[in-house]
Amino acid sequence: MSVPGAWYLTLAAMLFTIGAIGVLVRRNVLVMFMCIELMLNAVNLTFVTFARMLDDIGGQVVVFFVLVVAAAEVVVGLGIIVAIFRRRTQATADDISLLKG
Amino acid sequence: MLDAAWLIPALPLAGFVLLLLVGRKLGDPGAGWLGTLMVAASFAVTLGVFSTLLSRHDDARTVTHTLFTWVPVGTFQVKAGLLIDPLAVAMALFVTGVSSLIHLYSIGYMRGDERYPTFFVYLNLFVFSMLVLVLADSFLLTFLGWEGVGACSYFLISFWFERPTAATAAKKAFVTNRVGDFGFMVAMFVLFGSVGSLQYLTVFAHVGALGHATATAVVLLLLLGAAGKSAQLPLYVWLPDAMEGPTPVSALIHAATMVTAGVYLMVRVNPILAHAGGATTVIAVVGAITAIFAATIACAQDDIKRVLAYSTISQLGYMFLAVGSGAYVAAVFHMITHAFFKALLFLGAGSVIHGLHDTQDMQKMGALRRFLPVTSATFIVGWLAIAGVPPFAGFWSKDDILINAWDKSPVLWLLGLIGALLTAYYMSRQIFLVFFGRDRWKSEGEGEHAVTPHESPWTMTVPLVVLAALSVVGGGLNLPLSDKTEFLHRWLHPVFGSRVHELAATSGTKWALFFVTLAAVAAGIAIAGRLFLGRQARPDALEPAVLRNGWYVDDLYSAVIETPGRMLSAWAAYVLDLKVVDGAVNGVGSLVRASGSRLRAVQSGYVRNYALAVVVGAVVLLGYGISRVAQ
Repeated sequence: MSVPGAWYLTLAAMLFTIGAIGVLVRRNVLVMFMCIELMLNAVNLTFVTFARMLDDIGGQVVVFFVLVVAAAEVVVGLGIIVAIFRRRTQATADDISLLKG
Repeated sequence: MLDAAWLIPALPLAGFVLLLLVGRKLGDPGAGWLGTLMVAASFAVTLGVFSTLLSRHDDARTVTHTLFTWVPVGTFQVKAGLLIDPLAVAMALFVTGVSSLIHLYSIGYMRGDERYPTFFVYLNLFVFSMLVLVLADSFLLTFLGWEGVGACSYFLISFWFERPTAATAAKKAFVTNRVGDFGFMVAMFVLFGSVGSLQYLTVFAHVGALGHATATAVVLLLLLGAAGKSAQLPLYVWLPDAMEGPTPVSALIHAATMVTAGVYLMVRVNPILAHAGGATTVIAVVGAITAIFAATIACAQDDIKRVLAYSTISQLGYMFLAVGSGAYVAAVFHMITHAFFKALLFLGAGSVIHGLHDTQDMQKMGALRRFLPVTSATFIVGWLAIAGVPPFAGFWSKDDILINAWDKSPVLWLLGLIGALLTAYYMSRQIFLVFFGRDRWKSEGEGEHAVTPHESPWTMTVPLVVLAALSVVGGGLNLPLSDKTEFLHRWLHPVFGSRVHELAATSGTKWALFFVTLAAVAAGIAIAGRLFLGRQARPDALEPAVLRNGWYVDDLYSAVIETPGRMLSAWAAYVLDLKVVDGAVNGVGSLVRASGSRLRAVQSGYVRNYALAVVVGAVVLLGYGISRVAQ
């Protein structure tokens, strides 16, 4: 008795939504970053689910690409965040609004 | 000798180049002598060509020489060549001859001028251009010379460009001539469109294919060009102002040679005139009206050179009258005699101005014949010639024109007759004011400003004497006594053939006209003598302001052309450019700025706003995709 694919998809959608809302409502850059990771992994979950449902290995391959890109993104992102923490005492996203029009 | 004909224009061109290169080193008077020598050599070559043609039979007197291919474009070849025929040679003879004398005169007249060599650079370039105009074998090459003389005229009128009046006069001459050149150019386009060639002989051979309407249009357009260059109504206004130039220039360009270019052109295209019936009447009417119109103005001028300028316009009018009457020989005859006596009069006027230290106002002259013996003697000869006193040159040519005008229409003859009376009157007025009566120049300067008139150096008086001699005997070119003595008529016969008008008037009519003309001339001189010999006050009734101001034509032109032109340009500058053009440019700018300042609010700098925009966008796209799939 296996769990139906729709449950996984529902879980992934919920995780994605939590991540998206987190990015939108939270001010802390680190938390926002984690929310992005949450969204990425929600997408990964859908890929894996569809790969299994459609019996297509392509979905799982894409997940590896996403993981690699996410790892690289974490490196760059954390580098930026560390640079910001060096100059400021705390990292609130709204403080960093120098590109205001 | 005919093979050397290219030397005729080439020698003045060489003089121009040499003077341009070494003129400054030669200085004063070396540069003048070089320029004179080149033109004199050109005259000698022309004489050689003339004698060669003279030894030939009538039919072999028209020769074309192709010199080089001017514009080679595939199968379209424009060749530059010389057309040597009796008309061109007759013209070239008096152009080079009179030019040589005026160059000689300029050596003395321009002495001491700062830009002495430059003057001769321009003069030689002018003679070259004029000879190209005369000897060209096509309309196009003639047009090159035509523009060349126009440019030289511009340079020379503004030779003393420090004077604002000279600079303005030069501009006026140039602009007015452009109006005429427009007519010349359009005439060439029409001719090329219908004949496919601009070579004179080709065009004349196919003149029958032109059709009456086209021929008329071409003639009227060429008349516009000729009216510009030859200072006829309505484009004459530049010539009186052109007197701001040095006097030799007035004599050479604005009396003897360049202004006759228009007459030459009309005579040159006589085969087309023969196909354009009504247009010749227009030419005759323009000429007759100009002749009398300019003569009335000349009667009231005080500037010694302006009188002569209006007189030139009037005499050119006679030439147009002759062309319009079909009397081409008479036109050329008057052109040549006019070159003699008008050059003489201008050079004499220059000598007077020179002797009085640049005084040009005739009211400040008088009794000069005791101080300037050579000048006054030659000037009097010129006066008798232009007034039409037999047996001086002007009488014969003018009489010839008047008889032909009678054949065309008695009205034209009457206009010409009144013109002759006025000519005799204003020239006598000038003579009496300048050389006779009381000396009014003495009262002008006292003490150190006192002027003592002095005779000019020999380089200036020799041309006067030669031209005076020519003015006396010039009539001998074409004496209407018998067929044998009409040399010019027989010489030009190969050019005009049967197109020249044969006089229908009987011998009795001719004698009657002769005596009427003579009476008119005598009356003109008598009236002037009665008014100006020993008079005290100016006859104001005869010289109203309307005549002194030239019928206010200049004011009319400035009111009709200049004022609307100024208003139009002011409107273009201050309304069209400032409001419309600049408004469009600035409008685009401020539109971008305004929309930018509104839109910059979107760029809040807050990451969450951007993220929200991404989410909303994603949701919209997703919704759109789903709605498409659902259908």
